[in-house]
Amino acid sequence: MDLDLLTVLIVLLPLVGAVLTGLVPLFLRSFRAHKGLLGAVGTLVVAIPFGLAAWIFVQGGSQTHVTSLYTWMAAGDFSVSITYRIDQLSIIMTLVVTGVGALIHLYAVGYMYSDRCFWKFFAYLNLFIFMMLNLVLADNLLVLFLGWEGVGLCSYLLIGFWYEKHKNSVAASKAFIVNRVGDFAFLLAMFILVKELGSLDFGAIFSGMESLSAGSVTAVVLLLFIGATGKSAQIPLFVWLPDAMAGPTPVSALIHAATMVTSGLYLLARLSPLVLMAPGVMMLIAIVGAATALVAATIALTQQDIKRVLAYSTVSQLGYMFMAAGVGAFFVAVFHVVTHAFFKACLFLGSGSVIHGMHHVELELRREGYEGDFDAQDMRYMGGLKKYMPITRWTYLLSTFAIAGIPFTAGFFSKDEILFKAFEFGFDGHTYAWIVWAVGIATALLTAFYMTRSYMLTFEGSSRWPKPSNLHPHESPWSMTLPLILLGALSLVGGFIGLPKVAEEFGLHNWIHGFLVGYEGRAGPVAEPEMHAHVSLWLESALIALGALIAVIGVVWAWRFFARHELGGDELIRGRFGALYQWCRTSYYWDRLYDRSIVRPVIGGAEKVFAPFDQRIVDGLVNAIARIMQAFSWLFGRLQTGIVQNYALAIVLGVVLILALMAF
Amino acid sequence: MGVPLSWYLTLSAVLFSIGVTGVLFRSNLIVILMSVELMLNAVNLTLIAFSQYMGDVSGQILVFFVMAVAAAEAAIGLAIVIAIFRNKLTVDINNINLFRH
Repeated sequence: MDLDLLTVLIVLLPLVGAVLTGLVPLFLRSFRAHKGLLGAVGTLVVAIPFGLAAWIFVQGGSQTHVTSLYTWMAAGDFSVSITYRIDQLSIIMTLVVTGVGALIHLYAVGYMYSDRCFWKFFAYLNLFIFMMLNLVLADNLLVLFLGWEGVGLCSYLLIGFWYEKHKNSVAASKAFIVNRVGDFAFLLAMFILVKELGSLDFGAIFSGMESLSAGSVTAVVLLLFIGATGKSAQIPLFVWLPDAMAGPTPVSALIHAATMVTSGLYLLARLSPLVLMAPGVMMLIAIVGAATALVAATIALTQQDIKRVLAYSTVSQLGYMFMAAGVGAFFVAVFHVVTHAFFKACLFLGSGSVIHGMHHVELELRREGYEGDFDAQDMRYMGGLKKYMPITRWTYLLSTFAIAGIPFTAGFFSKDEILFKAFEFGFDGHTYAWIVWAVGIATALLTAFYMTRSYMLTFEGSSRWPKPSNLHPHESPWSMTLPLILLGALSLVGGFIGLPKVAEEFGLHNWIHGFLVGYEGRAGPVAEPEMHAHVSLWLESALIALGALIAVIGVVWAWRFFARHELGGDELIRGRFGALYQWCRTSYYWDRLYDRSIVRPVIGGAEKVFAPFDQRIVDGLVNAIARIMQAFSWLFGRLQTGIVQNYALAIVLGVVLILALMAF
Repeated sequence: MGVPLSWYLTLSAVLFSIGVTGVLFRSNLIVILMSVELMLNAVNLTLIAFSQYMGDVSGQILVFFVMAVAAAEAAIGLAIVIAIFRNKLTVDINNINLFRH
């Protein structure tokens, strides 16, 4: 089949789906009740693009193919077209977005089935996939930005999906506003590129970047990175992601774990040749990534809401990816994007399945007249769920192992590769990479610990909801467990696409490295820095062993600790760390800092300065115009006496005047 | 020798002025209507005087049209006066000022 046609189909099918599940039920209300049909359509328009992308991938994903649809805008020398690029990087992202996306759509059919606005949910999800495909397939920065803003919009719509609760719409607005800060930097970067190069096409950027001055390269990369910190929830703009958990769980899995939040990283990987030209900014990227990974991991340790644990864990894992980008290992970052999409989507969907079950318990409790505290997302009310939800439990455990980095799971390969690349970069003479590596090791231990904690508090131990003997949750329907099983399997084996270099001893090679970066003279879309010093094989083996050991220690430690103490474990940790624990619990007072330093001064300033300005100047101007009009109308209104003879007199006088003028 | 043109024109100007004055300053609607007729006939007189002076008949034809229009105008005008009288029980134009601002 024609590659142009395939590309267009891949991009447009989700849009068609959004129209079918969105606009049709909007006007034809009777369609809203056909939930099975709507869910099937919504899932198929994502599954079919996945099939098409897989076909392209199998047929020869090694070719770069650019599809130009039409000229979007042209102004003088500058023109932007709607163009899509199929190459190794975009095809792998497309596979992740549509593949994981299709599974989550299927899951959502079960999860959202009883929701009143089922159709709207699928319309938003499909629109999101369309925008995300625009983002990853774009061949110029402006189309990418279109997708970038589009996924931001869908994220806003879906976080605030249950807008009846004020908290949710506040969270949605927060996500949108915080993202705007990053988007502003992205725009500035594009302005510089247009001014310096006159084009936003990736090809033009790569061919023209040699002629750029060092200053403008640094500025562009720095601004793009700031843009990425917004979308990918890095310090200092990560505050929106934990609140984004207000959305339905499939949304958290799809948008706030697997796909959208990785788009900042995709941007850096896509422009990796440019990023490599700004070593100073790379250092900043690595340090911000490392700091984010550590900070978010410590916060995750103290959270009690199961989804908030996962949210901070996502922030932390994104920090890992930025660490990789900061040490020039962009392909590893993309590798971690892929594996993270598998295990984090699985974790989120697992938590959704748990919440689904606990919600059922809550409904039963309320029906029996229970009026005490209960929260379906709070791990303090869970425990012992492994008896009732075996599939959810096993998949959750598997992906916990994967994120912790237990050997031979997906997370093990990608995380160790990141740590190894950081180490290697340090070995190559970049001292900062050592610090990044050390922080990465510490974070790995924390990750294993807090993820095992969340597993233990949820699935093991005693049941802590009220009346556990006669009330218990049930396993979710097949539409929810099937995606769990598939994603669980992927988080088990997904890592084998990126084997460490040691594997070359056994005649295996790192497939994703060859695919993205290129081998045997064929250049791929992702660049990597030249290494002068090489880490010896035994040292690499030792590092891998260290990584594995850290993960196992973390998991076993947390397992034994929480098996013995259950909820009391949190109290013990709090007792040990005291104020530090409280500090982590409240996200380092980050929200309060923004509230005090930005939000309140802005609102206060607006009230003090702009309210008088608004009342006096703006309103005053409008009122003044109205008063002038009133005065004139009063003046001319005096002429309207209503007496015909006055009008006649005016006519006569007018005629006399005209005659006089004609005469003289 | 007949009457010179200027006499006709002077007479007609005087008649027209009386008509204008009546329209502008009398308060009885009937009188105002009559004054309008007077103005129209003053114009007719001018037309005929010029027609005779120029030896051209078209001026006299125009007078027929003016008379037809004047008849129509009188019919409508009187109908309006009657309608107003039925509503307000007066034909004094100073009491008829519904369009007043």
